[in-house]
Amino acid sequence: MELKQLYREIVNEHNLHPEYKRELPGANAVLNGVNPSCGDDITLQMKVKDGVVEEAAFTGSGCAISQASADMMCALVEGRTAAEAQRLGDIFMRMIRGEASPEEIEELDEAAALQDISHMPARVKCAVLGWRTMQAILSETNT
Amino acid sequence: MRDFREDFPIFRGNSTIYFDSAATAQRPAAVHEAMRAFNDTVNANPLRGLYDWSVRATEAYEEARSTAARFIGAARPEEVIFTRNTTESLNLVAYTWGEENVGEGAEIAVTILEHHSNLLPWQMLAKRKGAKLVFLECLPDGTVTEEEIRSKLTDRTKLVAVGQVSNVLGVENPVRSIAAAAHEKGAVVVVDGAQSAPHRPVDVSELGADFFAFSGHKLMGPMGIGVLWGRMELLEKMPPFLTGGEMIEQVTRDSAVWAEVPHKFEAGTVNASGAVGLKAAIEYIGEIGFGVIMEKERTLTRLLIGEMQRIPEVRIYGPEDPQAHNGIVSFNIEGCHPHDVASVLDSEGICVRAGHHCAQPLLAHLGVSSTARASLYFYNTEEEVLRFAEALRKVRRWLGYGT
Repeated sequence: MELKQLYREIVNEHNLHPEYKRELPGANAVLNGVNPSCGDDITLQMKVKDGVVEEAAFTGSGCAISQASADMMCALVEGRTAAEAQRLGDIFMRMIRGEASPEEIEELDEAAALQDISHMPARVKCAVLGWRTMQAILSETNT
Repeated sequence: MRDFREDFPIFRGNSTIYFDSAATAQRPAAVHEAMRAFNDTVNANPLRGLYDWSVRATEAYEEARSTAARFIGAARPEEVIFTRNTTESLNLVAYTWGEENVGEGAEIAVTILEHHSNLLPWQMLAKRKGAKLVFLECLPDGTVTEEEIRSKLTDRTKLVAVGQVSNVLGVENPVRSIAAAAHEKGAVVVVDGAQSAPHRPVDVSELGADFFAFSGHKLMGPMGIGVLWGRMELLEKMPPFLTGGEMIEQVTRDSAVWAEVPHKFEAGTVNASGAVGLKAAIEYIGEIGFGVIMEKERTLTRLLIGEMQRIPEVRIYGPEDPQAHNGIVSFNIEGCHPHDVASVLDSEGICVRAGHHCAQPLLAHLGVSSTARASLYFYNTEEEVLRFAEALRKVRRWLGYGT
């Protein structure tokens, strides 16, 4: 997908009107993720109970790709088990490296649109920030 | 007027708009040709061999030193030390002069506008020595005032490091005033000329510098060759930076006598073809003339800032006067992150830099986390500036805003 089309069709909407960008009162798993080269800075907040991500949200600031990607990530993992969220995170990382299969990419729902970021090495860190923070949070909470 | 663009192979057959010359400049064919001639006809290790090729390689390398010395008004070619780049030049001073002359309780002064390469060597030196790093702050437009200079330099100040032109705001620091004040206090003055040497004539003694550093690649030479100029009486007293091959007079099992300046500071095999390329770049600048270069940059910068000011959502950082920008224009577009701005401009074939420009303390001082930056050189054109402005007007729409 051409870059401007990617912004127009997916990124802008999630960046300008994110559904999951808010404080999450009662979150029991919170982690800050930063991308020093861009200054992207998000705080991911989750309610994890009995191994299930009941709610996910994030706050922070950064480029449109980092913010949109974090928003899509929250949408995807909410309601799933931590193990399932980790598996999707792994698919996302492999998609960005150009190593995921089309079937796997399809599982990522809207976030699949970010697959062309793999051709934009300068923006890879922006795209993976939310996902890498999610993976770190779930490994830490040991659910 | 001559079409400079024809001198640059990279511009042929494409319409890419290269507005990132403050990061690295493009290279004219003359530079490639000079390096190829060196590699194809005389390549050998300079300063070592007793045979013809090595002798000629040595001559080519030393001629480059003389050319670089004349370029900045150095009294003698031996005052020019070849390094990899400005960063290495500044580190050389910190690890030699700094190591010997900056002690506990001493002060090192820098301006808040410095690139990390003219900040971190001093920050590290201050930590190693228990010295204090003092910042000369700037006004929002980048100005460092005379009062600020006078109030921050003290009898404890041993070294003042200042960039001649800011790589973020394009503003020129008052190097002469800073140097005069520093010398009154007995401090030495280190000038980072990375952003000035490509754009204007430099005379190191008139500037009041004790050390002056610049990079070859920002003035159309190759990457990997840079210059440190220093006053001979300082260089002679300094210990070597790196030690090893070709920087000695004599070595025994447990001691060594160093070579004369400048070879004392050039350990190991040197970047001779890089120096030859730098010489060709300096000669190319001489052929065009700084008068023409500066006039062209002024015209382009005035047009660029004028066009950008017509876009209400664009905020330009630095001086009001376009002439004070030295071709460097940092900006933001309301609601848009500079990395997104740079990415969508890239998809239009426009190269600009975005980020903190290796000057995080300055951006923090200005209260900005990052900016986009367009930087011009004389080979850019008015048509490019207009195409850039047209693209800039569309950025907000591309990033999802209504207008």
